[in-house]
Amino acid sequence: MTLFLLSVLVFAGGQLLPGDVGRSILGPLADQRAVAVLDHQLGVDRPLLAQYGDWIGHFVLGDMGMSYIYRAPVAPFIGTALVHSLKLGAVAFVIVVPLAILGGVVAALNVGRWLDRVITLTGLSATVVPEFVSGIVLILIFGVWLDVFPITATWPPDSGILTQVYYLILPSVPLVLVLFGYIARMARAGTVTALDADYTRTAVLKGLPYRTVIWRHVLRNALLPTIAVVATQAGYLIGGLVVVETLFHYQGIGGLIYAAAKSHDFPMLEAGVLTVGVIYVLAALGADLLTVRLNPRLRFGGAA
Amino acid sequence: MSGVALGEAPVRAPRWETLRLLARSPAFLAGAAIVLFWVLCSLFGERLVPIDPYAADLLGTLDPPSAEHWFGTDQLGRDMFSRVIVGARDILTVAPLATLLGVGLGTAIGLVTGYFRGIIDNLVSRLVDAVLALPLLIVALMALVALGPSNGTVILAIGLSFTPIVARTVRSAVLAERELDYVAAARLRGESSGHIMVMEILPNILGPIFVELTVRVGYAIFTVATLSFLGVGLQPPSPDWGLAISENYGLIGGGYWWAVLFDALAITSLVVGVNLVADGLQNALDQ
Repeated sequence: MTLFLLSVLVFAGGQLLPGDVGRSILGPLADQRAVAVLDHQLGVDRPLLAQYGDWIGHFVLGDMGMSYIYRAPVAPFIGTALVHSLKLGAVAFVIVVPLAILGGVVAALNVGRWLDRVITLTGLSATVVPEFVSGIVLILIFGVWLDVFPITATWPPDSGILTQVYYLILPSVPLVLVLFGYIARMARAGTVTALDADYTRTAVLKGLPYRTVIWRHVLRNALLPTIAVVATQAGYLIGGLVVVETLFHYQGIGGLIYAAAKSHDFPMLEAGVLTVGVIYVLAALGADLLTVRLNPRLRFGGAA
Repeated sequence: MSGVALGEAPVRAPRWETLRLLARSPAFLAGAAIVLFWVLCSLFGERLVPIDPYAADLLGTLDPPSAEHWFGTDQLGRDMFSRVIVGARDILTVAPLATLLGVGLGTAIGLVTGYFRGIIDNLVSRLVDAVLALPLLIVALMALVALGPSNGTVILAIGLSFTPIVARTVRSAVLAERELDYVAAARLRGESSGHIMVMEILPNILGPIFVELTVRVGYAIFTVATLSFLGVGLQPPSPDWGLAISENYGLIGGGYWWAVLFDALAITSLVVGVNLVADGLQNALDQ
């Protein structure tokens, strides 16, 4: 249902973009008849409902239409870009998830003390700085002054996986900074709640060692809400990718959407945005399933 | 969750109590000082800076920082120090207006859907789910490409993309509130639905709405800056920081660090300041 409405929205958004499609491809000097012929070939002179049915029908089957700019099918572009973005996103997540959970839990165990304040304030500040700002400072420091990382993310062809990761480290840091605050905050809140809970007091009073209480009783309960946050951040991440991929000249889905929007390449834009939406909904669904799996209390209720 | 907390604790600290809490929080005070500094700069900066921020000097382009040009000059020879000082003005106009639009509209929708429930609520909630499945930045990007970038359209695009999120927050607060006895009493007194929503429920959910307002201003600044960097936000010759970075970031490979670094630091200080204020307010209202 969400996906259906999403597709309608994306399609309507694409229709809102101004300008005659044939005119914008052929240029202002083209003959009006040629424009009409091209419009007819592309099918954009048909009723909107027919266009929508056609578009979504093909999309479900994996056919995303033809790019106006490249005069080639959209799907391979989306596919390649998606693989690129997934690599960048994966590097960012592999760095941020352990780091943020560790930060959140350490802050919670020291709640109210200076270490807690430092971690919370650092996380808050890192989260609110736009990616292009932290990205530009990183490029300046590590790419230009220290010259230890490349300033574009596009690796030479035939690079091995380690080289690829090396090229992706600098671009992933701005994403890591923004995500760190959210995830650490959730992990901290969850841990603080779990530390206060009756089952933790029971475990302590039973005389279990501190370490066991933390690992077996507190963290298990504390990190459940964090999983859901991590998954919803996957959707946010793609917005951040638009910026980071532009800044680091990287051919991912964010950069693709940005380029398509700027050049009014509607099929590419609609396909890219709908793909992003589908990924987000799937990530949210995956998080729900995982939460239910990890939390026995939700297994038989209708909670999922 | 804030709705539940409000429902349980209708007693609210008097306003001066909140203020005293705020005055004791160093993080809040630091944030407020930073924000105040940039507000003053945008109001009076143009009259105070020694060099006209818009004056090009084609013989002195990309000069490094010196006694005359403290932050150096940009590609057109414009003084970077003056431009950084007045650079907050446009973003500090556009972001709060966009936030007001989004929070105002979102509150109205949240009130109506939360109070009446039923088919409209279902439909709107589904629509909100669908919009929220897209990253805010991409929604705003599409809207601005469609409408053409200008200060007005940026306000509209960001305000409208905030609306669903605010509507959802307000709706959940209303849902908790509408079951309470005072609403039932008002209904029995024969008050109209509109009156109950605006005069009875709204004053009781102002807390979460206020928090939403301050947090959203931070997001709005974040988003306006990013959109300007992408070239669809504030437009030249505005001295806006995001726009300046977008114009100059191609140069840093050549060692012209001053053309981006001071703008980057300025944005950082403003967003951190705004969020320290928002965080401090949230903590003070929670207590």
